[in-house]
Amino acid sequence: MTADQQTPWTGYQPVQAWDEAVDLEGRVRDPYRRVYAEIDRMSGEDLYSRAEALASTYLAQGVTFDHAGEERPFPLDIVPRVVGAHEWEIISPGVAQRVRTLEAFLADVYGSQHCVNDGVVPRRLIATSQYFYREAAAVDPANGVRVHVSGIDLVRDQHGIWRVLEDNVRVPSGVSYVLSNRRAMSQMFPDMFGAMGVRPVLEYSQRLRAALARCAPNDIDDPTIVVLTPGVFNSAYYEHSLLARTMGVELVEGRDLETHNGRVYMRTTAGRRRVDVIYRRVDDDYLDPVAFRPDSALGAPGIVHAARLGNVTIANAVGNGVADDKLIYTYMPELTRYYLGEEPILPNVDTWRLEEPDAREEVMDRLDELVVKPVDGAGGKGVIIGPKASREELDTARAQILEDPRGWIAQPVIQLSTVPTLTDDGLEPRHVDLRPFAINDGDDVWVLPGGLTRVALARGQLIVNSSQGGGSKDTWVLGGERQRGVKTPPPESRVELGGIGAVPQAAHPDDIEHGQQQQQQQQQGEPTC
Amino acid sequence: MLSRIAESLFWIGRYVERADNTARLLDVHLNVLLEDPWVDEPSANASLLSVMNCEYEAPVSRRDVLATLAFDPERSSSIAWTLGAARENARRAREVISTEVWESLNTTRNQLPRWTASARPHEYFVWVRERAAVVWGLHSATTSRDDAWHFMELGRSLERADMIARLLMTRHFEGTTGPNWTTLLRSCSAHEAYLRTVRALVTEERAAEFLLVDRMFPRSIAYNLQKAEDTLGLIEGASNSRALSDRARLALGRARTNLEYRDVRDVLDDLPGQMREVQSACAVASDLIRDRYFLPASTVLWSQEAL
Repeated sequence: MTADQQTPWTGYQPVQAWDEAVDLEGRVRDPYRRVYAEIDRMSGEDLYSRAEALASTYLAQGVTFDHAGEERPFPLDIVPRVVGAHEWEIISPGVAQRVRTLEAFLADVYGSQHCVNDGVVPRRLIATSQYFYREAAAVDPANGVRVHVSGIDLVRDQHGIWRVLEDNVRVPSGVSYVLSNRRAMSQMFPDMFGAMGVRPVLEYSQRLRAALARCAPNDIDDPTIVVLTPGVFNSAYYEHSLLARTMGVELVEGRDLETHNGRVYMRTTAGRRRVDVIYRRVDDDYLDPVAFRPDSALGAPGIVHAARLGNVTIANAVGNGVADDKLIYTYMPELTRYYLGEEPILPNVDTWRLEEPDAREEVMDRLDELVVKPVDGAGGKGVIIGPKASREELDTARAQILEDPRGWIAQPVIQLSTVPTLTDDGLEPRHVDLRPFAINDGDDVWVLPGGLTRVALARGQLIVNSSQGGGSKDTWVLGGERQRGVKTPPPESRVELGGIGAVPQAAHPDDIEHGQQQQQQQQQGEPTC
Repeated sequence: MLSRIAESLFWIGRYVERADNTARLLDVHLNVLLEDPWVDEPSANASLLSVMNCEYEAPVSRRDVLATLAFDPERSSSIAWTLGAARENARRAREVISTEVWESLNTTRNQLPRWTASARPHEYFVWVRERAAVVWGLHSATTSRDDAWHFMELGRSLERADMIARLLMTRHFEGTTGPNWTTLLRSCSAHEAYLRTVRALVTEERAAEFLLVDRMFPRSIAYNLQKAEDTLGLIEGASNSRALSDRARLALGRARTNLEYRDVRDVLDDLPGQMREVQSACAVASDLIRDRYFLPASTVLWSQEAL
């Protein structure tokens, strides 16, 4: 390649964060080698036209999320994010360990609270958590699982170390985009995809269905599973319907369910049908107007009571929010050691607990260089990034923290790792995070090889949530085994073609005779010319 | 099947069929306006809007008709609104309908903004009919013949009977002699079938008979009423609580037999009245179906005061 030739990579320059594709000297990192070469061969126009094709397939398929009451296509970036096999060797067990810890912690908190009695976690912390529900205490889930599905948000810091940013064990969303991103991207780059040995993600729905079936109450053989959605106006409705569709179960709204004698039924055209497992995508607060907010029209009255009686399983369990409280997050390393007797595989991001006076004092002094977050926030709401905030914002934050120190944590600004992303000015580094999804079926925690990579589309933006204008990338985890590379297959593995093509396809008799005649005529005519 | 989903499917069937037939009806109407030299356009337009049960302010221009019935996505009588509503219902029933049907409805909705009143209306109507055909084709090729199929077919046949009744009412518009029977047959894609069946030139009685009571042609009123009745029977299956669904079948059957066992001349003499009967039978059946399948009697509502 000569120097004056323009490729999409011309001018790509990593910023101060860890760039996952290219290091500071401009060398391509190993996992990205193939992707880099493929894009290098394309012209800029080609890249843009593929990106456009990608966007239009998404619009046709209706892959959208609701933002401010409007349906929008979910932006999917054309450059995949690649995670090397050896990195996944750290992430996968790390996430599984995290889930096992959270599971043990929840069982303990809603049981005999050993962690409090042994002084690992202060009682005050649990009692003041907004999501600690006494309604859920002493409810034993059918197979001991409370965190059926979890999304553990990971980031990569300046040194390339994977860290846990937050745990989501209530109703983590985003997995549908992992599935549809993969479908779209594998159509867009079939060769590259095949050659790299990307590990598949499509088994997610089967795994989820199996895990839900196993948590059915009373060992029911063929339980009726439903997905409970708040309705079409929910921002994640696309995901709810995709999961229901690919699992082959009903998608219900609260008004489709009714409870009689502590049993849950759905209303069908053929009368009532008993429901055994509810995979709910409605928040605790809205789940059941009898137990929680009485004005909720989204939930189904009485289902929490039915779950307490053991007649139905609610997945994820009610009250999980106490575990993804951001203050509990700061105790996670100790909890891992306490419950599992293991050292945490994935470290946390350093965090100050603002209710401790010394920490609070330090944070107050350095507020303009730290990130402060509300402990119960989701979707990037209420996060204040010190270096980017105005004087007034900082003053408001300071006042809020002093008023309610339990409600906030502070973290150093992490320069999230960057991945090349197609922008209006060509390929540029953009900050990303990663949300791997884990399914716990009671025996085993399975981590989906991949997960949702969210990317902040604006330059320098560190908040990646889709509600804040973020997009997504397909995440390719390498190391899938492939049969393709084998050059000479052993004779016994050869595919038997016997039986295929044995029955001729029929056609209208006139057409056949006509065709044969033509052929004969041609053959007869041949010698003369 | 969930009642809520069944209702959405029923309405997808009705909306897609309605869009298709509205396009046919408008096409005929615009044709009449062009061909009839003594036409009183505002009255003819007003008649059309009243047949379609739309409010209007006289005088009604061609532009108003096209906005109300074809292009304005804000008005529930327009094709644009109808196709949008079909797509919204499909979104609600996304996990039950096939991906192909969903994508065809979604694409249709996405392409709607391209069509404005400035384009040639005839092309728009052709496009609408084509999109409807695509939806039906994919639906028929990808849907199991279970309740999901039945409810959509039920909506479709009810709507078709209703819309053909409306179409036939155009014969008696104010201010114009109305379309001739050949045009009507053509607009129902029935002309060739008619010629093959009747083997004669188009006469009023024969043509009317064909569109009203022919048992073989899928766009005759009786055929669709019969089909709706049969579909109701299939949905109900072997279960015994048949009272409400029987009432829906009763209404449909009465409307059908009223056409079938009456001299065609009698029907023609009172065509608007007879067609109104068909439409109200469809409306009654639709309400009964809703009460029977979509709002189960055992509905328990949670009221806040009970706390």
